[in-house]
Amino acid sequence: MIPRHLLIGTAVMLGVALAMSVYLWRMRGRVPHVEPAAYSGPIAPPVSGPTEQVTLYVADDESGMLRAQAARIPLPAGRQERAQELLRALLGLYLDKLSPHPLGQSAEVRDVYLVDPGLAVIDMNAAFADDHRSGILVEELTVASLVQTLSANLPGITRVKILVDGKQRETLAGHADLSGFFEVSAVNQMVAQMQGAQ
Amino acid sequence: MVSGSFGKDFKMAVRCMRAGFLVVLIAALVLCASLLLSAPSEQKRVSIYSTAANYTLSVLDRDHRDYVSLFEVLEPLGTVTAKTDGSRWKFRYNNVEGEFNVGKTRARVQGHDVDLPANFLLENGRGLVPLNSLTVLLTRFLGGPVAFNEAARRLFIGNVSVHFTAQVNKANPATLVMDFSSPVNPMIATEPGKLRMVFTHEPIVPPGSQTLTFDNKTIPSATFQEDNGAVEITVNGSFSNDGRTITVTAAPQTAAEVAARTPQPQLNLPAITSAVQAGTYTPAVSSGAPTYFAVVDASHGGEERGAALSDQLSEKDITLAFARKLRQELESRGVSTLVLRDGDTTLSLDQRANLANAAHPAIYICVHAASQGTGVRLYGSMLPAGGENRGSFLDWDTAQSGFASASQIVEASLIAELQKKQISVRTLIAPLRPLNNITAAAVAVEIAPPEAGISELNSPGYQQLITETIATGIVAAREKLEAPR
Repeated sequence: MIPRHLLIGTAVMLGVALAMSVYLWRMRGRVPHVEPAAYSGPIAPPVSGPTEQVTLYVADDESGMLRAQAARIPLPAGRQERAQELLRALLGLYLDKLSPHPLGQSAEVRDVYLVDPGLAVIDMNAAFADDHRSGILVEELTVASLVQTLSANLPGITRVKILVDGKQRETLAGHADLSGFFEVSAVNQMVAQMQGAQ
Repeated sequence: MVSGSFGKDFKMAVRCMRAGFLVVLIAALVLCASLLLSAPSEQKRVSIYSTAANYTLSVLDRDHRDYVSLFEVLEPLGTVTAKTDGSRWKFRYNNVEGEFNVGKTRARVQGHDVDLPANFLLENGRGLVPLNSLTVLLTRFLGGPVAFNEAARRLFIGNVSVHFTAQVNKANPATLVMDFSSPVNPMIATEPGKLRMVFTHEPIVPPGSQTLTFDNKTIPSATFQEDNGAVEITVNGSFSNDGRTITVTAAPQTAAEVAARTPQPQLNLPAITSAVQAGTYTPAVSSGAPTYFAVVDASHGGEERGAALSDQLSEKDITLAFARKLRQELESRGVSTLVLRDGDTTLSLDQRANLANAAHPAIYICVHAASQGTGVRLYGSMLPAGGENRGSFLDWDTAQSGFASASQIVEASLIAELQKKQISVRTLIAPLRPLNNITAAAVAVEIAPPEAGISELNSPGYQQLITETIATGIVAAREKLEAPR
């Protein structure tokens, strides 16, 4: 024979559990259904704030030279973020229809990593290389423009590595060798030759 | 009685055991001897010669037929991949696909059925095809002519043959001079009255007759034999003094003269000098005379088109046309020249550097073409810092560093000649492979169209003007380049 107080206790507990289930069921129906966001990758914060003067080294196909061009762009405080913004500003010029050195319309800077001591790793997207025009000079101008712009505005960079879509690529578009590191001093010499040859 | 008979029986048993042991021992010895005798005395090999590489592969015996691994055959010539899917073996060479089925003779290459003379075999993921199916298979995969000497197991891809001439100089002592149309490096062995040269990696083709006679008592004849993927030339004569003397001498002038006239790159060849009267036996193993030999590299090719210069013009076609014309111009000026890519084939940058370095040229010229700008642009290497070169061991990425001044001499000479012809010229350093990997004076030439427009890049007149001028520049650099050598 089960004691009466145990029967009552069990019945109360069951009633409470049932009531809570009903309550939860009703609450669940009231929560709005939210679709997951389409893009789940990291989003760069919009750059705002005071602008700074920088020098962009812009390639010019007609003269086969780099042209130093002053620009005012908003730059974040972090050195790595500044590097990214510099290259994004440079690429913005090349994506213009009237650019003296047009690049593919989908070309983008994915990331720039500054690795001590003095190494900058530029990671471009696949479209940058896939849509690049092929030729020794035209590819050399692009490489020189990226390296020179970075090293001139961020002192201390001595070597630059260019990746495409996070991976090493043999050449940019069949000519410029991307398998190694670009010594800033050698690129300076190359640029000096370019400017002096005209 | 009992013990006596037991003793006899015991002795008999011991004798029988001894006899049995001897029989077993003799049988074992006979078996070992027969196994040793039946083992092949020499590994079967097949040699493959092409513009990209010359190489030798092992031939495998399966069901008393000769087989070879298809992957190993095509791997040195381009990009190959293979995948096993059950009994199917899918194989890809560059952009040509093939499918083989284990135990079947029917294969499919680039959408066409191919009948093999025996079943396809698969061993540890390696696809084995009958050796005598290589002609039909390689023709399909490579899309070009293939000549296979099945008896000698020598396979020629494209026009790669090396020819030779042999003549005896009747001076005293008599000298046998052999001239080959490409550099050769034979293994040389001697025995009384014979000198044997074995060529394993050279696509040497037989002369008109297998036996060459020289109308000379000292060196009356030489024989040509090809077998097991190699060529053996045996020089017969009474020139030995029992192997007591070996004389090494420089190649005679006549060989250099022939080298300058022939359309292929030459090496000063081993001269075999006989001196019977002095009692000397004189096979020469090398010559020290320098050669002014150029390698011209037509950039891109095969799957890699290079720049699309116009809707009709690909960079790879223009570079090949310029490279061939440049060879013609150089050879007409007496400079032996090798064109690295003398057809529409894919060569990697490392392969180009390897081939160029193996030929030991005085000059390496890499030809490119562009639609931007006008005239000619010359590029030198952009060497990275560092790179340890120790003695004869060179760092791959900076191998050019020891030849930078020689490259500048060539560049200066080319500039002078281009300016004389009033062709616009510009010089730059460039991150352009394989310049950094070349162990010779190395310059890349990027040819842009004249003012008249891009279509002129393909015009014989413009190509003639540029190649003539570059060839003159290369010849003009010779004296300065040879001075320090």
